[in-house]
Amino acid sequence: MNTGLLVLFQFLFFALAAPLLAGWVKRVKARLQNRRGTPLLQGYRELWKLMGKQALVPDTASPVYRIAPYVVFASTLLAAATLPVLGPRLPLASMADIIVLVGLLALGRFFLALAGMDVGTAFGGLGSSREMLISSLAEPAILMAVFTLTLTAHSTNLASVTDFLLHSAPALRPSFLFALMALLLVGIAETGRIPVDNPATHLELTMVHEAMILEYSGRHLALMEWAAQIKLLLYAVLLVNLFFPWGMDAQGTPTGTLVALTAVTFKLAVVGTALGVTESVLAKMRLFKVPLYLDMAFLLALLGLLSHVILEVGSR
Amino acid sequence: MAVPVSLWPALPALPLVMAVTGLSARRPAVLLFFALMLLDGLLAAALGLGLLTGQLPTVSHSLVTGLPGLAWHLRLDPLSGWFLLLIGLVQVAVAPYGPGYVRELLPGHRTPGALGFFTALFLLGMQLVVVADDAFLFMIAWELMSLSSYVLVVFHHQRSENRRAGFLYLLMAHVGALAILLAFGVLATHGHGFAFDTLRSADVPPLWSTVAFVLALVGFGMKAGVLPLHVWLPEAHPVAPSHVSALMSGVMLKVAVYGFVRFTFDLCGAPALQTGWGVALLTVGSLTALYGVLFALMQHDIKRLLAYHSVENIGIIFLGLGLAVIFRATGHPGVAAVALAAALYHTLNHALFKSLLFLGAGAVMHSTHERDIERMGGLLRRMPWTGTFFLVGCLSISALPPFNGFVSEWLTFQAALQTWVLDSGLLRSLLPIAAAMLALTGALAAACFVKVYGVVFLGQGRSRHARHARRVPRGMRAGQAWLALLCVLFGILPVPIVRALGTITGPILGDDLHAASVQGLLWLTPISPKTASYGPPLVVLALGLTWWLTARLLRRGRARGVVSCEPWDCGFSRPTPRMQYTATSFAQPILRVFRVLFDVEEGLEERGGIHYHLHVRDRLWRLLYEPIGRGVLGAARQVARLQSGRLRAYLAGSFATLLMLLWVIGL
Repeated sequence: MNTGLLVLFQFLFFALAAPLLAGWVKRVKARLQNRRGTPLLQGYRELWKLMGKQALVPDTASPVYRIAPYVVFASTLLAAATLPVLGPRLPLASMADIIVLVGLLALGRFFLALAGMDVGTAFGGLGSSREMLISSLAEPAILMAVFTLTLTAHSTNLASVTDFLLHSAPALRPSFLFALMALLLVGIAETGRIPVDNPATHLELTMVHEAMILEYSGRHLALMEWAAQIKLLLYAVLLVNLFFPWGMDAQGTPTGTLVALTAVTFKLAVVGTALGVTESVLAKMRLFKVPLYLDMAFLLALLGLLSHVILEVGSR
Repeated sequence: MAVPVSLWPALPALPLVMAVTGLSARRPAVLLFFALMLLDGLLAAALGLGLLTGQLPTVSHSLVTGLPGLAWHLRLDPLSGWFLLLIGLVQVAVAPYGPGYVRELLPGHRTPGALGFFTALFLLGMQLVVVADDAFLFMIAWELMSLSSYVLVVFHHQRSENRRAGFLYLLMAHVGALAILLAFGVLATHGHGFAFDTLRSADVPPLWSTVAFVLALVGFGMKAGVLPLHVWLPEAHPVAPSHVSALMSGVMLKVAVYGFVRFTFDLCGAPALQTGWGVALLTVGSLTALYGVLFALMQHDIKRLLAYHSVENIGIIFLGLGLAVIFRATGHPGVAAVALAAALYHTLNHALFKSLLFLGAGAVMHSTHERDIERMGGLLRRMPWTGTFFLVGCLSISALPPFNGFVSEWLTFQAALQTWVLDSGLLRSLLPIAAAMLALTGALAAACFVKVYGVVFLGQGRSRHARHARRVPRGMRAGQAWLALLCVLFGILPVPIVRALGTITGPILGDDLHAASVQGLLWLTPISPKTASYGPPLVVLALGLTWWLTARLLRRGRARGVVSCEPWDCGFSRPTPRMQYTATSFAQPILRVFRVLFDVEEGLEERGGIHYHLHVRDRLWRLLYEPIGRGVLGAARQVARLQSGRLRAYLAGSFATLLMLLWVIGL
C-alpha cells in the first residue's frame, strides 16, 4: 500500500471502527445479562443523529466550552492515527512517537476537564477533579509500561518498536508480561471503564467522564462520545499490537495487508469480549480505591522495567 | 540581524541610565524608563542571538574598574548568549506591561523612586552575572542582583508578612552567596587566581572538586529554589509587584541555573564530572519537581501557586542537568549533550511561560484586586485577551504538545530513555524511575492548571470584583501577547533552537547535537531518526486539518446553529456561583492521596454559619527550619553569656584573643 493511502487508512480505521468496538462491548454485556442488546450499528446511528441536531449551549459557558469538543476529538484521533494498525511502515509514526501520543491524549483531557469546569455546575467540577486525579496517577504508569518496550527496542518510535517486535526472535520476556498487566489496568482507567468509571451511568455521585460532558448536546456531544470511543479503540490496538504483534504485515503486500486486517479485527474482537466479560463480573470501585488500583499498575510497570534492566540486559 | 558586537558596553550602560530615570515617578520619566528597558532587552536578545548563531565571535574584555591587581573581566560566549537571550526576551515583555501596572501601584506610595531604581539595578545585576568572566565580578554582580531584588520584595513594606518574607529571602540569599564564594574559593586555591580562565585550568583533585560541587549546588540551588532550600521562594516571589515577580521567577532563578551550569560544566569542566554528582542532581531534581507541584496544587493564592510551580520547573531543569552529568561521566557525550540541551531549553521555556503566567496573574489582580483564586471566576468573558494568553501559558507549563514546555520535557525523556547505553545496573534502573517522576510531575501540573484556569477564568464569578473585572490597558496585553507568541513559536520550531544549543554543548561536552537536525527544520531527531523523532509543525498541521475536516463533517448540525439555554445540571435548580467547585475542592482528592507529605490542619468552626478551614503547610518548616532556627537562637544565647558587663572579663577575653592570634601567626 502506498504511504498516502496508509495514512488515510489509519485515520479512517480509527474514526470508523471505534463505534463498532464500543457497540461490540455493549452487545457482549447485553448477552451476558440475558438481554438482546442494541444492534451493532447502533453507535453509528446515534452519532449520525447527534451530528444533525441543534446544539444547546448553557448561557454560563465561555468559548472554551465550544472549542473543547473539537480539540478533544482532533487530538484523540491524531494520537490514534500514529499507532501502527497493520504494519510498521507508518510514516505518521515518525511525526509523533509514543511520548507525543501520550501528550496528545493529555491535551485532549486538559480541554475536556476545562469544559467540565466551564459551565460552573458542581457536577462538572466534580468530574474534572476526579478525571485529573485519575489521569495524573495513570500517566506515569502508562509511560513506565511503554518505556519497558522502548528500552527493549531502543526507540520510542512506534513504527520502530513494532518493527523490532516483528523481527526479533520470539522470546518470553518477563518484563513484557508486567508491562502488559500494567497497561491493561491503566487502559481501563484511562478509557473510563468499570471498575474505575462506568460509561453507562448517570448516577450523579459516581460519574467521572459523564459528569464532565453532562451539559453537552448535539454535535458537541457527538464529538465527545466519538472521541471516547476512539480512545477505547486506541488502547485496545496499543495492547494487541505491541504485545501480540502476530499477523502484522512488514512488507506491505496486498495479501499481507488483508491478513493483517483480519488478524487485527480478530484480536480486537477478543479484547472487546474480554472487556465485556470483566465489566459484567466486576463492580465499580469507590473513588478512593482508584489510587490504590493505579498504584498497583504503576508498581507492575516498575517491576517490568526493573526486570528488563536486571534480567534482559543486552538481549537485543 | 547582526548586531555589531562593539555595542556590548550599552548592555551595562542602559540599566544605569534607567536607574537614574527610575528615580522619578513622573509619567514621562516612567515611560522613558520602560522604553529604555525595552531597548536594553532588545539589545540583550540580539546579542544573545548573535552569539548563539555564531554571527558574533566570543569576545573577552577587561574593565578598568575593579581592584588594583584584580581587574574585572567580561566574556560573551554562547552560554552567556543563551541567557542574555532569555533575559532580553522577558524584558521585552515586561517593558510594555510596566507602565499600565505601575500607574496603579505608585500613587500614594511613599517611595516610588525605589521601584524604578532597584528594578534597573536588578536587571544590571542579572546581565552582569551572565557575562562576568571572573569570580570577583561574578560575586559583585550576584550581590547586586540579590540586594536589589530584596528591596523589590519588600516594596510593599507596610505589611509585616512582606517584611518577614523579605528577611527570609535576604538571609537565605546570603547563606547561598557564602556557599558560592566558598565554591569559587576551592577552585581558586588550586588555580591561583580568580579569572574564570585560571579556574578552568586549575588542577583540582577529585575530592576537592566534589566539595566545590556540593558548595555550588547549595549556593546556586538556594537561589534557584531546590528542595529543601526553596522555602524562601513561595514567600518572597508573590509579594513583589507582578512585573518584578515575573522577572524574579522567570529570570532570576535562571541566572542561578546559569551560575550552576557555568560552574559545573565549564569551570569544573566536563572531564571532572562524576557519576555521583549526576545521581545527586537527578535525585534532588526529581524530588524538587514532585514536591513543588504537589504544594502548588494546594495553594489558592495565585502568585504563591505560580511560585511553587517555579520550584517544580527548577526541579525538572536540575533533573536534566543530572542526566547530562551522568552520561558525560560515563563517557557518552552525545546523550549528555541532549540532556544538557533539554535542561537549557527548559530553562528558556520556563522563563517564557512563567513570566507570561505572572504577567497574567498581575493583570487579573490589577482588574479584580483579588489574589485568592477562590474569589475569582468567569474572567475569560470579562478579559478575553488575558484569558487567551493565560491559557497558552497553562498549556505550555503543563507540557502539552504542540507548546514549548512539551519539547523540553520530550527531550529530557529521550535522554533518560538512553539508559541502555549505561553499564551499571543501578543507574540503568534509576534513570527510568526519574523519567516516571517527571511524568507524574507533568500530569499533576496539568491537574493544577486545569484547576487554576477553571477556577479563575471559567465558570461564574465568585465575588463582586470578579463579576465586574475590567480589561487591562493595551500595553499590559501586549507584553503577554509577546510571551504567548514565543511560547507557541518555541514549541513549533524547536529545530533551530536545538541547533543553537549545539553551539553551547559543542565546546563544553564535545558534541554539537548535529544529529538533532539531520532531517531538516520539520523533524527533531535528538539521537537518530530511527530512535525518536518529533515533528511539531506537522502535528500542528495535522491537528488543524483534522479540526477542519471535523467541522466540514458537522456542517449539517452547524447549519442549525446553537441555542443558548440554562445549564441542565442533571435537572437541579439553576446553579449559583457558590455551587461551583472551588479550588480547594478540586485539589481535595489529590490532597487525600498524597496526605503523608503535607502538614495539614483542617476543621470546622461555627461562627454565624459553619466554616470549613484548611491550612496546608510545608512539612519542611517543622522538620528542618524550625530546629535550625532554634539552634541558632540557642547558640546566640550561649554566646551572649560573654556579655557579662564586667570590664575585667572583657579585657581578659581580648588579651586571650590577642595571644591566640599571635600564636596562629607564629605557626
